[in-house]
Amino acid sequence: MGREGLDLSDANKIVILGGGQAGAQAIQSLRMGGYEGALTLIGDEPSLPYQRPPLSKAYMKGEFAEERLFFKPAAWYEDNNVELILSTPATRIDRKNQTVEMAHGAHIEYDALVIATGSRPRSLPLEGADLENVHDLRGLTDVERIQPQMIEGRNIVIIGAGYIGLEAAAVARQMGLSATVLEMAPRVLARVTSPVMSEFYEAEHRRQGVDIRTNARLARLEGKDGKVTAAILEDGTSLPADLVLVGIGILPNEELANEAGIACNNGILVDRDARTSDPRIFAAGDCASRPLVHYGRSSRLESVHNAIEQGKLAAAAILGKPRPPEDCPWFWSDQYDLKLQIAGLSQGYDQIVLRGSPEERKFAAFYLKNGTLIAVDAVNSAPEFLASKKLIMMGAKVEPDTLSDTTVSMKDIAAAAAA
Amino acid sequence: MAKITYIDHDGTERVVEAKNGETVMEAAVKNSIPGIDADCGGACACATCHVYVDQAFMDKVGEQEEMEKSMLDFAENVQENSRLSCQITVSDELDGLRVTTPESQH
Repeated sequence: MGREGLDLSDANKIVILGGGQAGAQAIQSLRMGGYEGALTLIGDEPSLPYQRPPLSKAYMKGEFAEERLFFKPAAWYEDNNVELILSTPATRIDRKNQTVEMAHGAHIEYDALVIATGSRPRSLPLEGADLENVHDLRGLTDVERIQPQMIEGRNIVIIGAGYIGLEAAAVARQMGLSATVLEMAPRVLARVTSPVMSEFYEAEHRRQGVDIRTNARLARLEGKDGKVTAAILEDGTSLPADLVLVGIGILPNEELANEAGIACNNGILVDRDARTSDPRIFAAGDCASRPLVHYGRSSRLESVHNAIEQGKLAAAAILGKPRPPEDCPWFWSDQYDLKLQIAGLSQGYDQIVLRGSPEERKFAAFYLKNGTLIAVDAVNSAPEFLASKKLIMMGAKVEPDTLSDTTVSMKDIAAAAAA
Repeated sequence: MAKITYIDHDGTERVVEAKNGETVMEAAVKNSIPGIDADCGGACACATCHVYVDQAFMDKVGEQEEMEKSMLDFAENVQENSRLSCQITVSDELDGLRVTTPESQH
């Protein structure tokens, strides 16, 4: 199907680096796609591959059993002849000999390699960041440390008002903690959404009792006996803290690829088939920078949709199967009773159209560029989300007056654009 | 525990022992039932775990919430017994449940 690059359909040794959403998907798609050769997953975490979204939501609240996090039970890997090498970081990719070296010194050969090493939280470059009870929120082991401290009446200080920070703030309030969120930017979610959405979420968190502090300059964390006790702002304000959660963004785990001479630029560069500059090596998920076919540029995407899709793309390319469909990017975030569903990427919009009413906690913000719909943020508004996904993928131009008119159904808007 | 039978669009049946508390979607995914993609992992965010519920069980699988209703409204080939399997929680009462998967989830 006009795919560029080396034919790997006779590959008999496939290695996957990383047991997150992308790695797990690649494994599943390879086996479901009929691949019968050796299949090995190398992961640095101790647990079976698991899904991360519930970690900052239902699982953190204790409303989601741990075994539900795992994509597949242990028996599945045995039944499907997948070798899992867990608790083992890969340390080097030797492209010449087509091997991956692991921390304990062993190495493993590959005909095709999928790098799905994900990302890691940015660390706080401040005094006190290494105190006890200062946490990242990325993996299962982080939640295992955080959860016992989520006790009613305690003070949690969350650094960073991105989705992770705000989801954690919502959970903390629901568990009866006193929550403060510190954000350097003038508004919450500044990096990912528009002022109208920021304003809505900021108001909601305040209503729920979260102390949101924007334009906040954190100076350091203070501790006693090695444990954090307070966050100190540059203006001298001292905020009591029994625990601190750092959510200031993530960095792609691209070092293995970079050191092996694979092209990287804020992410491992891949083509539409998730193939890197080495035709035997693929990259999928948070660690990859991919072409965004609906936007005419390349970028990293930090999302479940992206991880799943690229896992499927890599598997299909290895097996020589037709390229699976490429959706526009989509995301979701659960906070309190608000389900935010996002389709597309809003960067570069020149017009915002609102539909529905923020007061009723059910509305959507559409983002247009030169009249073309490029993204939507939909709060408790699934039709707006689903219709927009279709419209964005069509590259449809939609009249702002039509979008804002709630007497015209989203279904009709999508149908009219497709006609 | 409940025995659930998944029937794919060409009639092939697969029987799974599902645990109470997990969803009909999760039981399918853990047992590699084809035809249920579940791209969002059960957050009711993607509508790719659409199934048709056997009429005999329609009153046992619970009511649809509004989010599920509107997600289904945009799925393909929806029938009056359509459900998102991530929104059906397994209980003893569902023992013997039969669900059919649509030809495509997209």
